[in-house]
Amino acid sequence: MPFSTPAIRIAAVTKRYGNLQALGGVDLEIARGEFFGLLGPNGAGKTTLISALAGLVRADGGTLEVMGHDVVTDFYSARLKLGVVPQELVFDPFFTVREILRFQSGYYGIYGNDDWIDEILSRLDLLSRADTNMRTLSGGMKRRVLVAQALVHRPPVIVLDEPTAGVDVELRQGLWQFVKQLNADGHTVVLTTHYLEEAEALCGRIAMMKAGRIVALDTTANLLSHFSSRSLRVQVERLDVAESLGGEVSGDWVIFGFDPTSGAEMLETLLARLREAGAGVRGVSVGEPDLEQVFMEVMRRA
Amino acid sequence: MLDPDTLPDSFRASTFIGFRTLFYKEVQRFWKVNFQTVAAPVLNALLFLLIFSHVLARRVTVYGDVPYTAFLVPGLIMMSLLQNAFANSSSSLIQSKITGNIIFVLLPPLSCRVFYAAYVLAAVLRGLFVAIGVWLVSAFFIDLPLAKPAWVFAFGILGGALLATFGVIAGIWAEKFDQLAAFQNFLIMPLTMLSGVFYSIHSLPALWQKISHANPFFFMIDGFRYGFFGQSDTSPWLSLAVVGFCFVVLAAVTLMLLSRGYKLRG
Ligand SMILES: Nc1ncnc2c1ncn2[C@@H]1O[C@H](COP(=O)(O)OP(=O)(O)OP(=O)(O)O)[C@@H](O)[C@H]1O
Ligand SMILES: [Mg+2]
Repeated sequence: MPFSTPAIRIAAVTKRYGNLQALGGVDLEIARGEFFGLLGPNGAGKTTLISALAGLVRADGGTLEVMGHDVVTDFYSARLKLGVVPQELVFDPFFTVREILRFQSGYYGIYGNDDWIDEILSRLDLLSRADTNMRTLSGGMKRRVLVAQALVHRPPVIVLDEPTAGVDVELRQGLWQFVKQLNADGHTVVLTTHYLEEAEALCGRIAMMKAGRIVALDTTANLLSHFSSRSLRVQVERLDVAESLGGEVSGDWVIFGFDPTSGAEMLETLLARLREAGAGVRGVSVGEPDLEQVFMEVMRRA
Repeated sequence: MLDPDTLPDSFRASTFIGFRTLFYKEVQRFWKVNFQTVAAPVLNALLFLLIFSHVLARRVTVYGDVPYTAFLVPGLIMMSLLQNAFANSSSSLIQSKITGNIIFVLLPPLSCRVFYAAYVLAAVLRGLFVAIGVWLVSAFFIDLPLAKPAWVFAFGILGGALLATFGVIAGIWAEKFDQLAAFQNFLIMPLTMLSGVFYSIHSLPALWQKISHANPFFFMIDGFRYGFFGQSDTSPWLSLAVVGFCFVVLAAVTLMLLSRGYKLRG
């Protein structure tokens, strides 16, 4: 049943560098059409896993498949279906942006790709730089050329290893618009980033890695509800009264944590009790759970 | 692995485009800086020619009637060809490895054979450009016969391919520029210098003649020179066999290293 083959299947993948276990048995399946986040602190093994998937690194054990093609035994098809934006800002100083993209197309067996190259360049706001030598581009522009290079062959699976590092806010928004569009068009997108708010906003499902293992894997919504709490922050005249009701003082504010699944009546009850106790409520704000909290909590427990 | 007999035509077509692109990119890479990669080596060879012909012209005689300066030119042409073929593939690979842009050719579905052929042929082409440059410029000063052009061509291509292959191995193996320089200074240079570029080995003592026969560079240069003068220190067929054998062995080793991803795919 080829239709049910996942975009990416990773089973029991291990990789050692000397004494360091960079990947300690990773299992992961990513379905077609997903927008998937791969998160983890520095050195967790994200790039190593991506490199093994791309055939840049040989796994010591386990298997990796892209669209059902084993990356070692059926590398031709596997590589054709995968586009990778590398984390390192690498470039070839001998050529212009357009030359680079033409070469990259050719390596994938595509000749006469200029229409698509122009489209990518315009979506990445690089059209005016098409004939500029790579050496003279700014860091953020080089990063966008890396994105363009990963897309020349219209791969069904796109892996972006920290694509927004060093890209300014406006262009980052533009880049995400483009990637979201690609995802909407059916491309599977896998993303690593240290900007957790980006991952939260974009990814439907997230895996968190630590020390070469996956320590959390769920939909973004589930992760948010399981690992973090909402909070009610109140500004009161009598800090001591609020504190005696179980709040935690933080500057002028007192913070009450509560179960994220509980509804609005929980808030009402809490406010009523504060009023009755004479705390003198002057301001209220509700803190939504965010992925950063989840991340910290998962890493603490793992 | 892929079975070539069951591949669809589209695969063959795209493999060819992959090869052509990588070859073209490698040629562009040296041609964009042809002042350094072609003109400078030509100038180098001419300086050798000037100095050696001036110093030795009246003292050395070769093959009876061949003037020393004429004898010298084919050796210099071949030496330049070999050194530049080696320099091209090795420096391209090590630069790509050090700057990290090697991943752009490792990510696409380029087979080992395509990879190998593209790097080697581009390097041979640079070697040939330099060789033709030395030849053309020296033709202004020295009358050089061309007795058997097919031999010149055969040894030029085969010798260039051998050194280009050697360059691929060195480029894959070396992790730093100084390791590559060591390769060049302690292996390539001595072997070329002691191969009979500047003398006929018949002018050497018997022991040195024997030792020279263990040097593949001697056969490359001797065979190449045969194409110009129709005379050589040893049979051109023997030279062809030695150089051909070395090439096949080195090419096989290189393809094996590439298919294992040695030092390229961690
Ligand atoms: N070529 C290598 N040789 C030795 N160790 C390596 C090599 N590549 C990676 N490592 C080690 O493997 C571990 C995982 O590295 P990796 O680059 O996969 O982390 P990462 O999750 O991508 O981190 P970051 O967020 O910093 O990019 C690290 O401890 C790193 O030092
Ligand atoms: Mg990384």
